[in-house]
Amino acid sequence: MIDSMTIASSGIDFAMIWAGLIAFAVLAYIILDGFDLGIGILFPFIKSKTDQETAMNSVAPIWDGNETWLVLGGGGLFAVFPLAYAVIMPALYMPIILMLLGLIFRGVAFEFHWRTKNSQDWWDRGFFLGSLVATLCQGIALGALVQGITVADRAYAGGWWDWLTPFSITTGIALAVGYVLLGAAWLNMKTTGELQKQSVQFAKIAAWLTLFFIGIISLWMVFIEQQYLHRWFDAPNVYYLMVVPVAVVFCGFKLLYGLHRGRETSPFMYAIGLFVLSYIGILISFYPNLVPPSITIWQAAAPDDSLKFLLVGAAALLPIIIGYTSYAYWVFRGKVKANEAYH
Amino acid sequence: MELLDVVLLARIQFAFTIAFHIIFPGLSIGLAAYLAVLEGLWLKTGKSVYLATFKYWLKIFSIIFGMGVVSGVVMSYQIGTNWSVFSDKTGPVLGPLMGYEVLSAFFLEAGFLGVMLFGMNKVGKGLHFFATLMVSIGTLMSAFWILSVNSWMQTPTGYAINEVGQFIVADWFEVIFNPSFPYRLAHMTTAAFLSTAFLVGGVGAWHLFKARKKGERNEVARLMFSMAMWMAALVAPLQLLIGDLHGLNTLEHQPAKVAAMEGNYQTQKGAPLYLFGLPNSETGTVDYAIKIPKAASLILTHDPDGELIGLDQFPKDEWPNVPIVFWSFRIMLAIGMGMIAIGLWSLYLRARKKLYDSPMLLRVAIAFAPSGIIATLAGWFVTEVGRQPYTVYGLLKTADSVSPLDAPAVATSLLAFMMVYFIVFGAGVWYTMRLMSKRPSQVIEVDDDSETTVFLSNRVASKSDGTTDGKKREGDQ
Repeated sequence: MIDSMTIASSGIDFAMIWAGLIAFAVLAYIILDGFDLGIGILFPFIKSKTDQETAMNSVAPIWDGNETWLVLGGGGLFAVFPLAYAVIMPALYMPIILMLLGLIFRGVAFEFHWRTKNSQDWWDRGFFLGSLVATLCQGIALGALVQGITVADRAYAGGWWDWLTPFSITTGIALAVGYVLLGAAWLNMKTTGELQKQSVQFAKIAAWLTLFFIGIISLWMVFIEQQYLHRWFDAPNVYYLMVVPVAVVFCGFKLLYGLHRGRETSPFMYAIGLFVLSYIGILISFYPNLVPPSITIWQAAAPDDSLKFLLVGAAALLPIIIGYTSYAYWVFRGKVKANEAYH
Repeated sequence: MELLDVVLLARIQFAFTIAFHIIFPGLSIGLAAYLAVLEGLWLKTGKSVYLATFKYWLKIFSIIFGMGVVSGVVMSYQIGTNWSVFSDKTGPVLGPLMGYEVLSAFFLEAGFLGVMLFGMNKVGKGLHFFATLMVSIGTLMSAFWILSVNSWMQTPTGYAINEVGQFIVADWFEVIFNPSFPYRLAHMTTAAFLSTAFLVGGVGAWHLFKARKKGERNEVARLMFSMAMWMAALVAPLQLLIGDLHGLNTLEHQPAKVAAMEGNYQTQKGAPLYLFGLPNSETGTVDYAIKIPKAASLILTHDPDGELIGLDQFPKDEWPNVPIVFWSFRIMLAIGMGMIAIGLWSLYLRARKKLYDSPMLLRVAIAFAPSGIIATLAGWFVTEVGRQPYTVYGLLKTADSVSPLDAPAVATSLLAFMMVYFIVFGAGVWYTMRLMSKRPSQVIEVDDDSETTVFLSNRVASKSDGTTDGKKREGDQ
């Protein structure tokens, strides 16, 4: 299945390096925008208006940077795996368009909330619904990708509703629950008082639900595609890969323990841990495919010239990006107080 | 027939989303640079009028930038959803350029935007200025890469074609610095600066006009207006020169586009310049024409009897839509001439020390507030519609670029985009205008801890500030 010629000819496997970088960008997006979107979903359930605004302000300076990882994921796919981009976009046409529309309402709410009194409620609703729709669509898109995409002659060859199945709906809901966990854990870390108390309650519920969905989806996945079953349960893989579910259980335990003991930072870290592990689980299942079941990383890759050209820039710029992004987080470190924004 | 409908719908959708989008980053480029200049002047001179102007436009910038971000994310996915065949074929060439845009521009803007908008009291003045500069540099880097991509689609060079029909790169330098890129980059960046200048000038003029009626003096509005008029006087004529060079470059590489711009159906020596007319592609004539004999030849070949290639040199199915290109070009040009006239007028008044005292100039400047945005859009229509029927000029037809989509799916999403864009960006423009209608504050807070107030006006007492601003402030917090 692996196009070994490509590897042999260049010595360095640029396609594999890029698969790793794109995977990193997508994971960065899921975690970083995950807690932003989770806060959007929680927004109407936060009791007081002041607390709602504090929650919104806790991510206002960073959401834009967080969303940029999504652009890197999409733009990067176009750059280094154009075939995958060209197949996935039409296949997931509807969830992607809906996600984009959702992200519009979510994004402008950060500004518009402060610009009007009369229609503030409407933009708040847009903030909630935009976050929810974008999240569900991302989860559905992931589920649809796991199920596999029909391809013929370098193009999508399936139907318009292929993406909508019980499995993809389940992954959609699972992601929403997971993002709520991240958002609640973030608020627990970044806020004080009533809002923090409420966040701990949200986080506890979301933590149990997230673990439940991780279990369900993991079991469901192996029945969807033979490759996933063999990857996880054939000897000797089963012995090595056991590490992943064991680590999930460990993170889940530490997360719940931290929440019950009133810890502020560790629940957020262990929630991220759950996301990283689930993500690694999906990568293990997919490999060597980029678009299951038929397009491999190497088939989808652009010519080495293109991969090399962009890799030079990525190698130079990504550390700098991570540097100044960390700086921005550091500037806004500590607890967020009410009415602290510039508005 | 059905395929044609999909192509048309996909084109309308893309044109719609990108036309909305381009307004915001265009203004972001100009405003970010303006804000950097203002903050730099404030740090250098310590004059609070610069800080007041900075704060005034910072809020407007943050709304415009936010709308640019959300409409831009749409663009990065629309290429794949609507033009998947184009994506597969051009990905190896254009993808890395967009990758560089994300890495060198988007992250830079987004990373420092938070500090720029919210960090005034969290970091030192120097660091804050650095953040503003980084945001401004980010907007310019973004323009660099995306215009390189766009220019390559107009004048593709440095490529080869591989066994699966993808464009691949033979020479990166030739790809990035393709023949039309330097001209397009200069023309578009200058357009962004001019659009911003006229918006700022229009807002300044509006407040000068209102202050005049009340017998007040508003230093912030004066600063806005004066800076904008310098831009009009110096940069608008420069833009005419750049535009002319860009046109000559287009004549060399895309003569059919220039023929459509000029309404020149027949190849001829001493081609006229049409000031007005209705191009008729059926008959190949310009009806109801008002023309200057030989002027088009003179402008484009610098010889009144020079020969201009007409559309008759190209098969009819490779003509762009002539009326759209013809008229968009005239709208852009007329606005440009108007800008130059305003610049000259302002120089005359400035020399007589009456820059702020001509109600006529103030009125015209108010009317011209959106002119740069309109001219930018018109210019985009010229260059993009003029590229048709190709996505990659001469190499890949638009009809062969489209995704394997069903017309109803594209029609539905187009409708959804239209509704959402009109609601969201309509509201955004409304809020922006409301901020711009708010009188620039006479009183500003200078220090972080002590709220010292500084009076900028000569005659205005703080009581008038209380009445007008107090009322407005109810609407926003």
